[in-house]
Amino acid sequence: MEKNKRTKNILTILTLIVVCGLLYWSENNLNNFYIRVLNLAAIFAILGLSMNLVLGFTGMFSLGHSGFMCVGAYTAAILTMSPASKELIYYMVPINPALAQIEWPIFPAIVAAGLMAALFGLLVGIPALRLRDDYLAIATLGFAEIIRIVVTNTTSITNGSLGLKNIPSINSIWLYWGAAILTLIILKRMINSSWGFAFRAIRDNEIAAEAMGVSIFKHKLISFTIGAFFAGIAGALMGFLITSVDPTMFRFLFTFQILLIVVLGGMGSLTGSVISAIVITIMMEVLRFVEQPISILGLNIPGLSGMRMVIFSVLLLMVILFYRQGLMGTKEFNWDWVLRKFNRIKAGRRGETA
Amino acid sequence: MSMDIFLQNIANSITLGSLYALIAIGYTMVYGILRLINFAHADLLMVASYIAFYGILIFTLPWYIAFAIAIILTTLLGIGIEKAAYRPLRNAPRISVLISAIGVSFLLENIGIVAIGARPKSFPRPEELVWNIQLGNISFLSLTIIIPVVTLLLLVAVTLMVKKTKIGMAMRAVSRDFETSSLMAVNVNKVITATFAVGSGLAAIGGLMWSMQYPQVDPLMGVFPGLKCFIAAVMGGIGSIPGAMLGGFVLGFCEVMLVGFFPGVSGYRDAFAFVILILILLFRPGGILGENVVEKV
Repeated sequence: MEKNKRTKNILTILTLIVVCGLLYWSENNLNNFYIRVLNLAAIFAILGLSMNLVLGFTGMFSLGHSGFMCVGAYTAAILTMSPASKELIYYMVPINPALAQIEWPIFPAIVAAGLMAALFGLLVGIPALRLRDDYLAIATLGFAEIIRIVVTNTTSITNGSLGLKNIPSINSIWLYWGAAILTLIILKRMINSSWGFAFRAIRDNEIAAEAMGVSIFKHKLISFTIGAFFAGIAGALMGFLITSVDPTMFRFLFTFQILLIVVLGGMGSLTGSVISAIVITIMMEVLRFVEQPISILGLNIPGLSGMRMVIFSVLLLMVILFYRQGLMGTKEFNWDWVLRKFNRIKAGRRGETA
Repeated sequence: MSMDIFLQNIANSITLGSLYALIAIGYTMVYGILRLINFAHADLLMVASYIAFYGILIFTLPWYIAFAIAIILTTLLGIGIEKAAYRPLRNAPRISVLISAIGVSFLLENIGIVAIGARPKSFPRPEELVWNIQLGNISFLSLTIIIPVVTLLLLVAVTLMVKKTKIGMAMRAVSRDFETSSLMAVNVNKVITATFAVGSGLAAIGGLMWSMQYPQVDPLMGVFPGLKCFIAAVMGGIGSIPGAMLGGFVLGFCEVMLVGFFPGVSGYRDAFAFVILILILLFRPGGILGENVVEKV
């Protein structure tokens, strides 16, 4: 057992070194486009992880993720934009004087974005989490839509439907993947803590969990708020990656993509979410060709915009209808699993030679 | 607000309310039986409108034939969706079925975008159905009268079907207790198919009325009406047909009057329905006409 633990620690450190090496290599050798796609994958990994905590581990069907992202993105953008560009952008209605001179560094702004989203999560969660299943889904969807409509209409703070531009641009792969890996580690530890056991007890049987003394509402609220926190962080990073935000970005479409990532990766598997976030983000870019005009054997096929989302909807339906556990089910990619496979292969070899 | 504008608003809210009511009935019937928010219901509106749109413009059919084809095809589509996407998940967790419903809804919307393009098109109003009526100082379209009348007739028809016919009795049995009724020799799948057929047909009629009243069609046209009609169904008490009707009218009335009395908040108009939904779910989850159900072990 002791030996196993040491092996596992060594393997973990080795993996981290390999990942860092890969990141270092990509930073120096890949062109800007690929790095952008990788960074987007990291953001989707954070989103997938946070939705998986809420949906996969606690069993709450919340469709409010795009709303919390919206809160995070706007918080980080307003905190970090320079006063000069704020003056330039808020030309319809001048900015609220309390916000005009603020210019924070990146990291505190990201944390503030997370905290602001968590605050919203708490405020939304207190009424909404008394509901369950489809009522919860439609109520959280409603809250996300309300957040978006409020953002569109509070022009002196958010610049309304014009959106914000000139957000400081950050291309460093370390920020995005650092945040994703940190999210994975934090959530992994949380899942294995007493909170994590309570979450899963609630998911599997709410009434039994309550009978065992788990405080349902408290744990649901904790899970929901933490989910909102990470969604806010992902929103902030999204702002830094594409340097502009506007309310139409955070439509239901976003939540749909995150849902696809969680379902494909397996509801209840953190590593599954990371893997499927990478797969889906790369697919989204690779499949761009189906929306471009192409000519096959002299036959001109005009570009079909929206085709990618058709493919993704079909993918979601296929997974949910025929392969409901997704890529990983509720299993995790961890060293126990790898070592077991490894031992089995070794045992198999020995069996052959004997 | 002057009297004329007030009356004008009343007329508008009756029209909007009947449209909401018509579509909400489909939601409430499906929810009553499967306990499922049929997200695809909203997109059936769009499908019906587009079929009529192409029938009239491309195939130059008379409007009544185009409308009939639209209603029939949409009904078949609704039945097909249930067979393909919901039936295989009958014994799966509720979350899976919901995800499937969201998937179908997205698929329909995006097929719409691919096949037709995202740009809104103007819907050809049949001249025989749409004319102006001048009554004193207020003028309104004939649709303000036609839509509520159609809604009322359909409501009566659906209520009679549910209360008096054999299939209606089976529907009530299945919605009361799924398993017991299948033990009592009710063919549950047949009942569900019938429910989807009626719901989809109503959605198609609602969609056609909607695109005559607001003559514009685009692939995402169903989304907001769909959400609001679901809210209307919850408001009235989900599973109850008169409840859906009541919820639809109350929601339509509140929305029009809110904008009429407080023009300053018109930007928040779409948020209003969700605020109502959340208040209803918190304080009277059974809805206005529904009964509160206690969760059993």
